[in-house]
Amino acid sequence: MNTLAFASLLLPAFGSAVTFAGGRDLRHVKFWSTAPIALALVGTILVAISHGTGGTSTETYTIGTAGEFHIEIGTRVSGLAALTAVLVAAVALCVQSYSTSYLGGEPRYASYAALISLFTAAMLTVVYAADLIVLLIGWEVMGACSYFLIGHYWEREIARAASIKAFLMTVAGDVPFLFGLIALGVQAGSFQVHDVIASADGNALSHPGWIAALLLCGVLGKSAQFPLHSWLPDAMAGPTPISALIHAATMVAAGIYLVALLYPVFVLAPDVLVVMAVIAAITMLGAALCALAQTDVKRILAYSTVSQLAYMLGGLAVNGRSQAVYLLIVHGFFKALLFLAAGVVIHRVGSNELSRMGGLRFRMPVAYTTMTIGLLALAGVPPLSGFFGKEAVLGAAYNATGEFAVPGRIVLVAGLITAGVTAAYALRLWLGMFHGPFPDAPHEHEERIEAPQTELIPLVLLAIPAALLGVVALFGNGFSQVVGGASGESGSLLGAFAVDLWPGGMTTLLSLLFVLGGAGLVYLFWRRDPKADPAVPLLGSLRGLLLDGFRFDALIGLAVVRPVRAAAKLVAFLDENVVDAYVRGSGVGARGLGTVLRRLQTGSVQFYLTCLFLGVLVMAAVYAYVGTVS
Amino acid sequence: MSAILLLLLLVPAAGLLALYAAPAALAARIGTAAGTVTFVLSLVLLPLFDYSKGASFQGQIDLSWISALDLHFHLGIDGVSLPLLLLTTLLTALCLFYAQRTSAGGDRARPFTALLLALEIGMVGTFEALDLLLFFVFFELVLIPMYGLISHWGSDAANGGATRQQAATKFILYTLLGSALMLLGFLVIHAKTGTFDMVTLQAEHGLGMTRAAQGLAFVLVGIGFGIKTPMWPLHTWLPDAHTSAPTVGSVLLAGVLLKMGTYGFIRVGAGMIPAGLHQYAIALGALGVVGIVYGSLACVAQIREGGDLKRLIAYSSVGHMGFTLLGIATMTQIGLDAALFASVAHGLITGLLFFLVGGLKTRYGTTDLYALGRGLYGRARRFGALLVFTAIASLGLPGLAGFWGELFALIGADRPAPGLNVTVFHLYMAVAGLGMVLTAAYLLLVVRRVCMGELTEPCLGDYDLKPYELASWLPLAGLTLLAGLWPAVVLAVADPAVNHVIGTVTAIGARR
Repeated sequence: MNTLAFASLLLPAFGSAVTFAGGRDLRHVKFWSTAPIALALVGTILVAISHGTGGTSTETYTIGTAGEFHIEIGTRVSGLAALTAVLVAAVALCVQSYSTSYLGGEPRYASYAALISLFTAAMLTVVYAADLIVLLIGWEVMGACSYFLIGHYWEREIARAASIKAFLMTVAGDVPFLFGLIALGVQAGSFQVHDVIASADGNALSHPGWIAALLLCGVLGKSAQFPLHSWLPDAMAGPTPISALIHAATMVAAGIYLVALLYPVFVLAPDVLVVMAVIAAITMLGAALCALAQTDVKRILAYSTVSQLAYMLGGLAVNGRSQAVYLLIVHGFFKALLFLAAGVVIHRVGSNELSRMGGLRFRMPVAYTTMTIGLLALAGVPPLSGFFGKEAVLGAAYNATGEFAVPGRIVLVAGLITAGVTAAYALRLWLGMFHGPFPDAPHEHEERIEAPQTELIPLVLLAIPAALLGVVALFGNGFSQVVGGASGESGSLLGAFAVDLWPGGMTTLLSLLFVLGGAGLVYLFWRRDPKADPAVPLLGSLRGLLLDGFRFDALIGLAVVRPVRAAAKLVAFLDENVVDAYVRGSGVGARGLGTVLRRLQTGSVQFYLTCLFLGVLVMAAVYAYVGTVS
Repeated sequence: MSAILLLLLLVPAAGLLALYAAPAALAARIGTAAGTVTFVLSLVLLPLFDYSKGASFQGQIDLSWISALDLHFHLGIDGVSLPLLLLTTLLTALCLFYAQRTSAGGDRARPFTALLLALEIGMVGTFEALDLLLFFVFFELVLIPMYGLISHWGSDAANGGATRQQAATKFILYTLLGSALMLLGFLVIHAKTGTFDMVTLQAEHGLGMTRAAQGLAFVLVGIGFGIKTPMWPLHTWLPDAHTSAPTVGSVLLAGVLLKMGTYGFIRVGAGMIPAGLHQYAIALGALGVVGIVYGSLACVAQIREGGDLKRLIAYSSVGHMGFTLLGIATMTQIGLDAALFASVAHGLITGLLFFLVGGLKTRYGTTDLYALGRGLYGRARRFGALLVFTAIASLGLPGLAGFWGELFALIGADRPAPGLNVTVFHLYMAVAGLGMVLTAAYLLLVVRRVCMGELTEPCLGDYDLKPYELASWLPLAGLTLLAGLWPAVVLAVADPAVNHVIGTVTAIGARR
């Protein structure tokens, strides 16, 4: 099984290499970008089946020894890893086959497809990693792939800026994250996930609060949480399928995955959990409000992703590990669906702007149907999967006790309000895209502008889990047992805290009220004028601020970019004028000395002897000094 | 094995003689042949090397040379020198091949090739020498050919920078000063122990020398190696030298010459006078991390109108080599692994970067960041892809060679040797982390400036990789990937040897 998992992560890497090597032959690229990932999907499914419920199995090979540490490649299969891997491979396959027609004609399609395959391999490396350093390799390679893919249209200024911003913001989180991993490894005496979790379980870590806080920085960067969130909306400058794969379904979920993986470490640090809850609360509500104001379809979905990831982080902050992982998986499916469907619409309409769309329900029936499913799931309408995901997290917040009580209350309040805002922006998006008047042509029934089959089949395939994954909740604590209960797969604790995913009465009632309220408000404003954007009257004067994402980027520019530029200028000045000055000074001095020496070449033997004597004296003095210091 | 070690010195020397015996037209070819033979010979070391005894010196030759000076012709290698030795022969072979197609073509091929071969003798000798005086001789031997390369084949910096003559003079004066102090340090060691023999000295780990004497010796040799590494604030010769040097000169300067500093710190500093290193470890670490941040800020400052790409890469060396100093300062086994790994990785990656910049210069006649034009991805896509790959490797992306050195240095700093202040080293980690972010920033800004962007006017230089460029550059890229994915290629040799070098350092910490 471990070998199969290892093969599943190597296959996309191999496919990537072949795609790269093969040049621009379209058929070659299409085959090698999809077939290996299809095989990998089969592999991950087989791994998940043979793994069954509970437990972990690890198999590694040492690739290097430095001091007391061994770097091990190989795989560690747990319930959490097995399920996440299936999600990754499934979404990646959908995106690759969708891309064959979406970007198939472009000259840069080969490098694009190869990077997606490499990304998939990297994400599977993170998921199956048995060694934290190997996990870090996958983690950063994903970041690099994301950087390249955001900058896919590199002749556009907006894409250039977005790509560099995405990389630097995540790296800013990854450096503390690296320190956290190092601290874990050094204290556990090994970077093996198994040993690290064991030492956290045995409460053998000193300063777990520091470690958890450092790790959290990396999570915030990768999962685009406040204050490292603003790269994700900008990342929409990349091609739409990329947004579906990397910036919605998988890579950004890696942060959440990591917290779930190392959950025993985080549980040791209650203060960090409170911080986590506060960050989650700020992010989920702030991002949802921004999503309500945006006019670009992809930016709406991007902010929505940020907000949904905050739900997951909030779930983790309130001891809802299984619930957060559940939301991660269902969100992966419905958000990938939303992006791909939006991509279909954007491609045909030729614009990202919501104001350029409308009345598309007859012209693009498949996109309409699937996107409706995705949006209902996002808004948390029963019985779609998103409803169960959100309710599970809210239920965990409601039931949180002990040290989790404070974060529980924070997450519960923010989560309920956000549920209302989420329903509002989901409805606004749905109405704006598919209903109301068609902006240019009056004959909205006339022609269908449906996308080709290769793009529609992935939509349908993704719509199935997006609609039906709620069925998992019927199994009570079954899912929780598979992903390892509340504390993760730590062996002894397995299954001890298995939790039920079935929605609780109180929170469900409240959140449904919020959903109805939020959606109702948008509907009322839309009814008044279907041509206008309901967000304009709804948000009033706040709209400008929200469109700008709370002007957060201006703040970053002021607080980070400008000081760095100033420091760089200072260093350039120092290096030219101070540090190098004494060198040049000594150069002048040497020349002066040369002049003196020329004068000294008097030809007088007596003088030379004096100098020689003095020299010997100096050397003797040095030796004498050496003698005395001993 | 000893025969091969000797041949590694003799083959370039024979090539040197052959250059002047054969017609001048053959000069460049003879050079390439000598370089290739040397490299292949050094590869033979790989199967001959006894990995189970990686810590001990193998293939020793020990002949008394000048007994009055206690100078021995003593050669041998262990796991520390082997990777650096291979790096040297590889880079020199690639440089000679590349030079044959570029700078060394034409009527001045003979002296140019001769200088490169002389350089190789010095570099190989430095890593093979097991006698401090002999080490010094080879260390010095390197300076003169490099001086010649810069002053005769260099280019004057644009925008009012140093001329090649100034740069060469600065280089030689600076490094000569360092070497003089280093020699004085060796004399101190000799005065206290009565031997120049590096095998004995390393085995005794400074036994017989007092702490104070070791401290004095360390300061003296430390300045010498620090200038070479280069250690902030002794780095100012480097940007000028690199900016002026011809492409292969820059490659060897960055790829090998800087490593002689690291090697000296490991071999002499950590191995022979550990108590001296221990006294100044905090200072060494501080200079290392200041260099990391300072170097990367200087790089950020180069990204402006009139900024020079070659100068930028030179400054980036200050930052990268800061990690080797931090690793050494931790005085742990993993820290020395870091120094060695980072040295090899820097040799591969920065060597490649200088090659690429040389390629840009051949194409567009300039290294000015804003005059190079934009959209290299579109104008020469393979070239652009290789450039971005190298940039990503240089910023330390995990999975490529540059990462491991940084990682190990930080792991070492998380738990430095006994007796060193842990809090201070944690502070160093934070500063180094800041430098890592800045490093990513300037490299990506370079990529954005050169590789991305709207296509500028097409020009004559818009051609993709030529076969000779591929042949001399791909090995470096391949090794960068290999060492990144399978760090054992360096660690399997280095780790046991480093363990032996550091040996009783922990004991010294405990003895205090």
